[in-house]
Amino acid sequence: MSTVKMVEAPAGVEGSGFFATSFDKVIGMARANSLWPLPFATSCCGIEFMATMASHYDFARFGSERPSFSPRQADLLMVMGTIAKKMGPIVKQVYQQMAEPRWVMAVGACACSGGIFDTYSVLQGIDRIVPVDVYVPGCPPRPEQIIEGLMKIQELARNEALRRRNSDEYKNLLESYNIR
Amino acid sequence: MSNQAIIDDLTARFGDTLLDIHEPYGMLTFTAPRENIIDVLQYLYNHPAFKFQFLTDIMGINYAELPGNEFAVVYHLHSWTNNVRVRIKVFAPATDPVVPTATGLFAAANWMERETFDFFGIVFRGHPNLTRVLNMEDMDYFPMRKEYPLEDQTRHDKIDAYFGR
Amino acid sequence: MPDTKDIQPDVQLAPVQPKVQVEVGQQLPQYDNELTTLNLGPTHPATHGVFQNILQMDGERIISGVPTIGYIHRAFEKIAEHRPFYQITPLTDRLNYCSSPINNMGWHMTVEKLLGIEVPKRAQYIRVIAMELARIADHLICNGILGVDTGAFTGFLYLFQEREKIYDIYEEICGSRLTTNMGRIGGMERDFNERAEAKLRAFLKDFPAVMKEFEGLFNRNRIFMDRTVDVGPIAADRAISYGFTGPNLRAAGVDYDIRVMNPYSSYEDFEFEIPVGHNGDTYDRFMVRNDEIWQSYRIIEQALAKMPKGPFFADAPEYYLPPKKEVYRSMEALIYHFKIIMGEIDAPVGEVYHPVEGGNGELGFYLISDGGRTPFRLHFRRPCFIYYQAFPEMVVGTTLSDAIVIMSSLNVIAGELDA
Repeated sequence: MSTVKMVEAPAGVEGSGFFATSFDKVIGMARANSLWPLPFATSCCGIEFMATMASHYDFARFGSERPSFSPRQADLLMVMGTIAKKMGPIVKQVYQQMAEPRWVMAVGACACSGGIFDTYSVLQGIDRIVPVDVYVPGCPPRPEQIIEGLMKIQELARNEALRRRNSDEYKNLLESYNIR
Repeated sequence: MSNQAIIDDLTARFGDTLLDIHEPYGMLTFTAPRENIIDVLQYLYNHPAFKFQFLTDIMGINYAELPGNEFAVVYHLHSWTNNVRVRIKVFAPATDPVVPTATGLFAAANWMERETFDFFGIVFRGHPNLTRVLNMEDMDYFPMRKEYPLEDQTRHDKIDAYFGR
Repeated sequence: MPDTKDIQPDVQLAPVQPKVQVEVGQQLPQYDNELTTLNLGPTHPATHGVFQNILQMDGERIISGVPTIGYIHRAFEKIAEHRPFYQITPLTDRLNYCSSPINNMGWHMTVEKLLGIEVPKRAQYIRVIAMELARIADHLICNGILGVDTGAFTGFLYLFQEREKIYDIYEEICGSRLTTNMGRIGGMERDFNERAEAKLRAFLKDFPAVMKEFEGLFNRNRIFMDRTVDVGPIAADRAISYGFTGPNLRAAGVDYDIRVMNPYSSYEDFEFEIPVGHNGDTYDRFMVRNDEIWQSYRIIEQALAKMPKGPFFADAPEYYLPPKKEVYRSMEALIYHFKIIMGEIDAPVGEVYHPVEGGNGELGFYLISDGGRTPFRLHFRRPCFIYYQAFPEMVVGTTLSDAIVIMSSLNVIAGELDA
């Protein structure tokens, strides 16, 4: 008996050779279980990310088998570590190079709000420059917390409306960050 | 080789130009004038007995309350053959914060002096590439000086009102 | 079917001479249409942390490189001027975050030197165990990632499992995995209890087998040796001029180790060797770190065997917080608790420089106190910052893949580079 947990199929009409359900449920399920992260690791949280990626905590189980360092092929931008003001434009550029649908997870206190570094050179949270979906606080957060953050992103991906990225509300959000 | 032997040798060579000789926590410390700091470093480097051939660190200090001596550059040297460390301070006024560079003697001085320039604005005459190394290139002030605050003044969520100040 | 050992490659690669010879770091705009400018940017999968190198390349060969750092400059030295001494410990964690206990202990020893506090033997031995575990952890990451950069991912997974065990031991000693904030000024915050000892003994029992497996995969591996032998060598005198210390200098053949030169925290009680290499290339740096892991293992075994009984903190009520149950019962303890936390106790005026042997070399703390609650000036002598200056010189003339391996073997930790 296999111990691998299979994802539940969404509600739908099944027959011999066909399965009818709504697009957003199936697409949501596919996206949620194959999120490819872009590990934007700058400092100490990056080492906890390496621990999450290693075999003890292994977040490849959640579908993130291929951490992609190329923004073009990544779904989830995980910003882990302090972002200095010098680094800000680079985070923004990487975010803009990602294709929709894209999610952003701010891992660690420094990415969420500047952390303990209330100084002239540190950006006080990456939500100054990019819209963030999930914040994982901690200094550094334990791998279990990073995995919970990933699971919350999975929930967002699973329940996302199909036309959300084209909606006015989303467009206004990107406008407010000056992202075209 | 004791600290006293080093200081006797140095005063024999450089005379009264070396000031404020003391040994806090066992490390020989003295102040050299900025005109002959490189000669002092060179002398200690080439000395057949002392051999201070490792530059541990160069850093700057801003003494806001010492008029005429607002900036100090501190050199830490280490002699491996004798296991002795020495600390040399050089002062410069705020009106003319210029000190000669040690990059001719130690390759390690390059970025150490750039960092000191970046933080305090102390100019190292003769440095091959004196630009900012840690802060952004277009920053227009020298952040480690005592007159500038720690926090970013444009932030709006960690303001003093929220901390009860 | 011919035997594979009879197959000869039909193309012999001649060594490539670069078209132009230049000074280190010199940019050549007049050759812009012949040379490629490659931005080995701040975000790159193979750089451990955020620093940038702009390389001018002639095909695969690097002609010149200009490094740019400061992408994670967090202004530690400025923050330290605004924090009391015990609040600077979490700041020192984040310098070389792969081996936080070494930074913490170094800072505590600096303050203890300033205040003239003598720490009891038991606390010193616990500190030695924590520092050597941190050194093992740091070298595990460096060598594991060096393997990943040459394409061998398995070594990293095996070694990270051991790092998880070290994290377990840290958690037992201080509560945190990575940025440990371990110890206090005057000793340790809690004693080394039986659970920590049990975890440490279990680690010591299982670790040699894993390390031998890792060494078996890499040390005499043909592909790994081809990628790392004679790649990025640095001569000993050049390294000394550049301020190299630590495993990078020992790989060049110089046996300089602060634990032997200026022993601190009872290191003179332990017997260990200092491994040195021959010509300072990547393979030597890798092997020196492997051997240092074994030597740290020896030190931990000795410290655990000879651990003395006694107090784990110094008798310095003005600087070490009294135990909480005393605070609830005795008046003096309550007063000291109040004075320490509210900052009514001032430090003596003075300046002190204290170096420790960090994972990357001589980590020095230069503290100037003007008698107040916070330091007047605190400067960290960061080994990564100082030896990274030599990187352009080490990569000129090599290929891009060699440059990645050289960067990896130098173990540049961005937190320590930029502070």
